[in-house]
Amino acid sequence: MSTPVSDDASLIPNSTKTTPTDLPRYELPDEPLVTIQPGKSWSAVDLREVWRYRELLYFLTLRDIQVRYKQTLLGVSWVLLQPLLTTFVFTIFLGVLIRVPSEGTPYVLFVYVGLLPWTFFSAAILSGSNSLVSNSQLINKVYFPRLLIPVSAVAARLFDFAVAFSVLIFLMVYYRVALTWPILLLPVLVALMTLLALGVSMVTSALNVKYRDVGVLIPVLLQLWMYASPVVYPTSLVPARWQSIYRLNPLVGLIGSFRAVVLGAPIDWSALAWSVGVIAVLLVYAAFVFRRMEARFADVV
Amino acid sequence: MNRSIIKVEHISKQYTLGVTHTAHHTLRDELAGAVKSVFNKQTNGTNGKDNTIWALNDVSFEVSRGEVIGIVGRNGAGKSTLLKILSRITEPTSGRIELYGRVGSLLEVGTGFHPELTGRENIFLNGVIMGMKRKELARKFDEIVAFADIDRFIDTPVKRYSSGMYVRLAFAVAAHLEPEILIVDEVLAVGDEIFQKKCLGKMATIAHEGRTVLFVSHNMPAVINLCPRVILLEQGVVARDGKASDVVGYYLQTGGAKLARREWPDISTAPGDDVVRLRSISVIDEDEQVCPSIDIRKKIGIRFEYDVLESGQRLVPTFNIASESGAVVFWAGDRNPDWENTPRSKGRYITTAWIPGNFLNAGTMVVSATISKVRPTYEHLYEQGVLSFEVIDRMGSDTARGNFPGHFAGAVRPLLPWETQFAPNR
Repeated sequence: MSTPVSDDASLIPNSTKTTPTDLPRYELPDEPLVTIQPGKSWSAVDLREVWRYRELLYFLTLRDIQVRYKQTLLGVSWVLLQPLLTTFVFTIFLGVLIRVPSEGTPYVLFVYVGLLPWTFFSAAILSGSNSLVSNSQLINKVYFPRLLIPVSAVAARLFDFAVAFSVLIFLMVYYRVALTWPILLLPVLVALMTLLALGVSMVTSALNVKYRDVGVLIPVLLQLWMYASPVVYPTSLVPARWQSIYRLNPLVGLIGSFRAVVLGAPIDWSALAWSVGVIAVLLVYAAFVFRRMEARFADVV
Repeated sequence: MNRSIIKVEHISKQYTLGVTHTAHHTLRDELAGAVKSVFNKQTNGTNGKDNTIWALNDVSFEVSRGEVIGIVGRNGAGKSTLLKILSRITEPTSGRIELYGRVGSLLEVGTGFHPELTGRENIFLNGVIMGMKRKELARKFDEIVAFADIDRFIDTPVKRYSSGMYVRLAFAVAAHLEPEILIVDEVLAVGDEIFQKKCLGKMATIAHEGRTVLFVSHNMPAVINLCPRVILLEQGVVARDGKASDVVGYYLQTGGAKLARREWPDISTAPGDDVVRLRSISVIDEDEQVCPSIDIRKKIGIRFEYDVLESGQRLVPTFNIASESGAVVFWAGDRNPDWENTPRSKGRYITTAWIPGNFLNAGTMVVSATISKVRPTYEHLYEQGVLSFEVIDRMGSDTARGNFPGHFAGAVRPLLPWETQFAPNR
């Protein structure tokens, strides 16, 4: 009926007897290390705090990568198969049957150069948006800057991108694409795309905590976004009178430039500049929104 | 010089019921709600006040460096909320806390463990999640594995671990956390009894190292033995804050917890004086097992264990039983003629008093104990609210209740001999 609690106490050394002498005394600082008080309603995410927790960011990212590949039969090859299969499908339908123009490059190469950054971008937003909800266990039990969660989810997708990039190298060699100096911009473009995905994920992941239907909405919106971006067709296909609206999409500059630097085509600098501007504004906005909602994550999730 | 390492000033936390804890929002609900509220405005007004609760209401206290503090209270008293605010998992609604040291919280063991990852990978992940540095973990790695006793399985995914191995590994990582302030919640509630003892032992070690520890638990023996100071929370406010025995005594008297055994392993701090010291006191059942809840039909033993340090004294162990309302049900002292007037020699004595079955009423009973000298009377020790136990109600022909299902008032419920004579002609 009840468990005897008889000798619980006998195993506990008596707490009043010993005095701490062997441990170096911890000297109290004059200023508090941490002050806890209700958050101000408008403040940005504390980046120094994020930097202090960089090791946790590393391990969370590593975990995301490890876990994703551990239980799949094909493991890392999925990262190659997914863009390869979509490339195959688009090449058959758009390249061979419908004959979408590809600005003089073989359509396979053309569409892979578009699908590679797009696959990274959409996967990053998908896992970024769900990251806070799927890590609710952590959020409820331990403190760390919550921003690490979407950042690590997005960062983990960079690994997939790197793997899938090897196929691009193979295609470039196969089609004897001449390397030009602008290809050095590639890391910058990848960084910009990562930041854009992060900015979107910060907002959507925070919203997803409160409104679970955001998670359902995201894949649909991503599908639309893909067709509104120069992934499977060139920007030039869009009629001139729609171009100014079309270019509001920051991915026009990013994916367009990505393709341009790889294939040695001229870069659309004005579209790229617009993308940079959008990313900057979005990140500032996201930093405030995220901070504002962060305080309530543990209460809501 | 005892400056505070934790300053908690007027902390309050408000939760909105029904919004935060129940159903998840959907955008659709929100839109529907917005439409509804437009229409409801004219009819209902606002309903804001009714569905909010204050999980914490103006809580203030300070903790000095090296203090080990127990936080007790019933479920819903605000203990977990307080720990969550101190661990920065959630923000207070108002108030301010200053922390003058690194905080490590142990609100559960194995936070962030992933079943697909190996033991080795999880040690690093979990350790970093709890605030350790990678270098620190690499240095302590062998120690952690040895503590958990799982070295053969260190490269096996933890989903293949037995639950025992899993908990051992999780606790091993937690035990190697070295913050200046350690916050521990109910961690000890998991695992088997042996594991719980290992945890308690580790807690004691940590406490002795001069670290500041806040320990939330329902395990009263553990709280009393680990924490010199205890804070009692009741409905979000600090009801008592002080010496462990006083606060726990009060908590027992208000029926907050059961405590069937108290023990003083160190004679110099045991209750008493140079003549006699109480070493343990327990509530036992008819099989002489320590037991916090006893069937109303069965006898109940109160067992004293004490050391007589000066020979030649006539000593009488005495106790009283009080009901939950605080009313004393009875006092009783040892009237056994063999001992009552016999001067005692030095040494250990074990004295048991038996309260008959079918005597106390059902409910929580609180025991206070003394050991006194007679002629002249002198109290060598008095421990108020030292134990509490529960008398469990029963129906049936062998009870005073019989088959009556209603409220049975009174401090006692004796099963009396009843006699009736049929006398029609009188």
